[in-house]
Amino acid sequence: MSLASLVGVALMVGLIGVCGGLLGWLNRRFKDGEDGLVEQIDALLPQTQCGQCGYPGCRPYAEAVEQGEAINRCPPGGEATILELAELLGREPLALDGDADDTPRVAFIREDECIGCTKCIQACPVDAILGASKMMHTVIAHECTGCDLCIAPCPVDCIDMLPREPHPHWTPGIIASDRTTETLHGST
Amino acid sequence: MAVLERLWRSLAARARPTGGVMPPTRKSQTRDLGIHTPPLPARVTLLLEDGRDQPWREVQPIVRPGQYVRAGEPVARAVGHLALPVHASISGHVSALCMHDESAPDGQHRPAVVIDADGASQHQWLPALDWQAALPDEIIQRIADAGIAGMGGGGFPAHLKIRAARQASIDTLVVNAAECEPYLSVDDQTLRRYADRVLSGAAMVARATGAAAIVIGIEDDKPEAASAVRDRLGELPCPARLEVIPTRYPSGGERQLIERLLGRRLSTGQLPVDAGVLCHNPGTLAAIHDAVALGKPMIERTLTLAGRALDRPGNVSARLGTTIEHLLIDAGLDRARLSRVIEGGPMMGQAISSLSQPITQTTNGLIAATETELPPPPRARPCIRCGDCQPACPAGLAPQQLWWHAQAGEDQKAEANGLFDCIECGACDYVCPSHLPLASGFGEAKQRLRTARAESARADQARHRFEARQAREQREAAEREARRQARRQAAARRGQQRDATSGSKETSAAAPDVRGLRIAQAAAKAAARKAEKALERAAQQQESADVLADLETQLSIAREHLAAADARLKTARQEETRS
Repeated sequence: MSLASLVGVALMVGLIGVCGGLLGWLNRRFKDGEDGLVEQIDALLPQTQCGQCGYPGCRPYAEAVEQGEAINRCPPGGEATILELAELLGREPLALDGDADDTPRVAFIREDECIGCTKCIQACPVDAILGASKMMHTVIAHECTGCDLCIAPCPVDCIDMLPREPHPHWTPGIIASDRTTETLHGST
Repeated sequence: MAVLERLWRSLAARARPTGGVMPPTRKSQTRDLGIHTPPLPARVTLLLEDGRDQPWREVQPIVRPGQYVRAGEPVARAVGHLALPVHASISGHVSALCMHDESAPDGQHRPAVVIDADGASQHQWLPALDWQAALPDEIIQRIADAGIAGMGGGGFPAHLKIRAARQASIDTLVVNAAECEPYLSVDDQTLRRYADRVLSGAAMVARATGAAAIVIGIEDDKPEAASAVRDRLGELPCPARLEVIPTRYPSGGERQLIERLLGRRLSTGQLPVDAGVLCHNPGTLAAIHDAVALGKPMIERTLTLAGRALDRPGNVSARLGTTIEHLLIDAGLDRARLSRVIEGGPMMGQAISSLSQPITQTTNGLIAATETELPPPPRARPCIRCGDCQPACPAGLAPQQLWWHAQAGEDQKAEANGLFDCIECGACDYVCPSHLPLASGFGEAKQRLRTARAESARADQARHRFEARQAREQREAAEREARRQARRQAAARRGQQRDATSGSKETSAAAPDVRGLRIAQAAAKAAARKAEKALERAAQQQESADVLADLETQLSIAREHLAAADARLKTARQEETRS
């Protein structure tokens, strides 16, 4: 082998090394945009933190799904979540395990019946119940995920699950011509 | 590169069809009739937004029933960040703080200030402001105090637009006098009669925003208005030019007009201020002139009354809160001929269900149409993929494709195809041979997407709150453990003193990994600092309250983690010193 070809090979190897190093560094440097699989799964879950899947919250279930747990364990997410998970993970969509119940709800404490035991406060996974010992409790409605976990611990059954009113911020109407109703069309 | 890019952009702009349609304008009904002032109504109803549906628009009444108010006196103050104060539009006694609304589906009472006129025409205006000496912020504050909303139909608070334009240091103020909607001739008449007020208002806004140039865009079917403006251009303190553009609906769309006048194209999600432009309607500018130079708050507006069911159509200057019925009867309404009343123009307007509704700042026209004039739309038929809507779209979209996606429930695909560039002008509806309600379908699809986005933001917040709770529980457990260790250590020390002679020593468990815990603690500290900085940055950029609350939650998570790491490290150190 001539010296020239040796130099050529050395150059190529050097170039490959430099490029590889650069790519590796870039990958590490700009990694933030790309989420791991667990994060992607977690992002598809409804975040009610209700534990109906048998795991103590959405993130633990996401971790379990990544490890091979069935994707049909999330009743609040319903059919839509199963389909999205199947799409993401390339698995077969399954029928929902449990009763389908994806109507959004909020907990409501009948405040005159509340005895101030703080049991629901301890049960709430998202700290959406406000109150103190022997004081009336109340639910911060827009932070409640409707997970039902406060119902069982309540010793006086003073918590109801009510359908969630549409959040005011969900309606458009920043300007008056944002369309919400049928308008005229096809008129000449 | 920059040269190539500019060349490419100019070629693309030339190649792109402008879109639009040419419906019969029917402006001759009203365009030469001047502005008439109808008799004052006996009662005005000023609608208030109580913030139940749109908290950002909430206003609170500051008058009591029975109280006497003069025209221009404030009757409600702004609470929401997009709200405007409301002023009495007539002098008289406040008779109620709600109105009976026949068109409302369930709650028949809407919050409103109802004033019974006393006929005395007393008024109370703000002090006049010497705008040439005033600071920009004073002018903007005056516009806010006068309660002026955009009068072209959008109704966005004028002072907020101006403030945003000032912050973005725009270079051009565009006066949008295109008035492309059929029937309407308000802007035409306003310019013909009050060109001086409009241009003076434009000069004030230019001063308040720091805009260096003014461009007035007007369609070529309004030669009188154009010449009225041209005669006065020299009076403006900054360079100004008049652009006469061909009549074509919807050239008055903000984005379309900016592209046509200045050649600046706005991409999806960009606002005119991002391109260095602020757009205002002539009526808004005249109102700004009145508010600044005369101190007159927003109490009346000019609007077009048209349609073949009226004997005396024309433009009228009406007090806000006047009922539609009052205005139409004064214009000679023939109920036998009336088929329906439309608020706004026939392309973007909405049919009105009850004539007892009052007019608001955004009512730029009322069309009392006969059956033959504006027949009800024929039944919609399936899309035949003719593609006629594509050249008609002023935003360069493919409405048929968007419709296809929206009907299939694939809103994301519609979004990827530019759904949010749709201005809902209805040009596609106009040409559609199947009479599909395309524009309102797109409006609904946008709303579905906005709802989905809000839902996912909500889920993110729930996730963060859950993480915060877990972090707090971990911290509490770690602190408990630290206290337990301390107690055990104290007990052991006492025990050691007592059994000093025995020399027995408790064998400690596996040596704690102090180094690992120290690294974890440093990482937690860095994370907390990062969260703090993120919150600070968001606060500086004036993010919305929801975003800030969420970042606060994330900061508290980081702090909990830090406290837990501290506690664990402390336990480990104690154990280390003991063993």
